[in-house]
Amino acid sequence: MKESPNSAVVEDQDPLATTATQAQISAEIATAHEAYRNGRLTGSPARDKVEIDFAPYRSSLLRHPTKDLHHADPETIELHSPAFGHRDVADVEADLTIQHSGEPLGERMVVTGRVLDGDGRPVRHQLVEVWQANASGRYIHKRDQHPAPLDPNFTGTGRCLTDENGVYRFQTIKPGPYPWRNHTNAWRPAHIHFSVFGSEFTQRIITQMYFPGDPLFPLDPIYQSILDADARDRLVASYDHDLTTPEYSLGYRWDIVLTGTKRTWTEPEGGDE
Amino acid sequence: MTALKPATPGQTIGPFFGYALPYEGGENLVDRTHPAAVRLHGRIFDGAGVPVPDAVVEIWQVDEKGAISDRPGSINRDGYNFTGFGRAAVDGAGAYQFTTVEPGGERPFFSVVVFARGLLDKLHTRIYVPETVDLTVDPLLSSLPPERAATLIAEREPNGNLLFDIVLQGDEETVFLDFD
Ligand SMILES: [Fe+2]
Repeated sequence: MKESPNSAVVEDQDPLATTATQAQISAEIATAHEAYRNGRLTGSPARDKVEIDFAPYRSSLLRHPTKDLHHADPETIELHSPAFGHRDVADVEADLTIQHSGEPLGERMVVTGRVLDGDGRPVRHQLVEVWQANASGRYIHKRDQHPAPLDPNFTGTGRCLTDENGVYRFQTIKPGPYPWRNHTNAWRPAHIHFSVFGSEFTQRIITQMYFPGDPLFPLDPIYQSILDADARDRLVASYDHDLTTPEYSLGYRWDIVLTGTKRTWTEPEGGDE
Repeated sequence: MTALKPATPGQTIGPFFGYALPYEGGENLVDRTHPAAVRLHGRIFDGAGVPVPDAVVEIWQVDEKGAISDRPGSINRDGYNFTGFGRAAVDGAGAYQFTTVEPGGERPFFSVVVFARGLLDKLHTRIYVPETVDLTVDPLLSSLPPERAATLIAEREPNGNLLFDIVLQGDEETVFLDFD
């Protein structure tokens, strides 16, 4: 395989990666979305989840189950979640800008919001982990070959515990968009990766938070792998001037809603807190 | 049961989690000198039978008496208290391993969640232990055809290890679970 002169993120040896143009990928996305919209008009149910079978994201081709997921009632351990505490997470880990001797480059920002279960209850004292590229779109990960500069003052990982009200909060810098090799001239919209635990293990989620108005949204097969426009919007933070600190940092708000809890319905024990 | 609020969709873990999610001791729920320690290991394969080198496996389990832990300390383990949670990134050959104890109690299984680059959402599954599994009584296994149920049962190796491969796609595809 010919090395691209502008060596982008190594997306492995996926046979179809890098050969398609953006126009081809965009056409595939448009076809999938149109089929979904037409289905909605004729009464098909909304699809709130990401599609695991979404060919425009080429790396998914051989990595998604082709048999239907098997519906199961969660039992015992699945109705509980691991506990994390201050033994596991230090308060300073929520500030991604103070992990080195100097300040990272980029737009300082805060992202905060609540982790809620599907019934709207706050998920208290639970673990939230984040990781992200630096302001120029480069991860510190050794497999990131994007020839944008590393920032010696930015690692890009953080952890925190939600509070009494399910609120998490990170101080960081805004990540840059970055190229990858899904297809020619493929760029990811700026995003922060989130890993979240609920009060039941069935609610475990890893996802990505995006920024409002990103021009790369329509082009990105990962973001567009969610067919429903309202569901896609749920991954986009909102700019919140009340969270912006004068002469210091911009503020974004993003709530995370987990799937519904099952324990109260299936186990009589109740009193889960 | 209808959720009042629509859930936030998942997205792939992507390729660059390696410096963020794995942590030291994540795969060792107990020390290997623990009298009941067992090695639970396996590989993750894609639909072409190729090992997946960029995935994370998490397990969450009861202890050997069937008790569910509510103790923190899975990230910073104290070496004494069993927390029941483990996280392992696969290596370059798609292999993961945990050092843990076998789950006891009435429903002895490991609850498992898998994340990978190329996999747009998490996948839940279970690992059952061959000696304690009851195919006819277990509500999940008894609802599956035998050859599908077999994908959820670990193999006991001659040295006592538990081997459990995860196949993301194809004829041998592991049974993955939907709880919603
Ligand atoms: Fe990323």
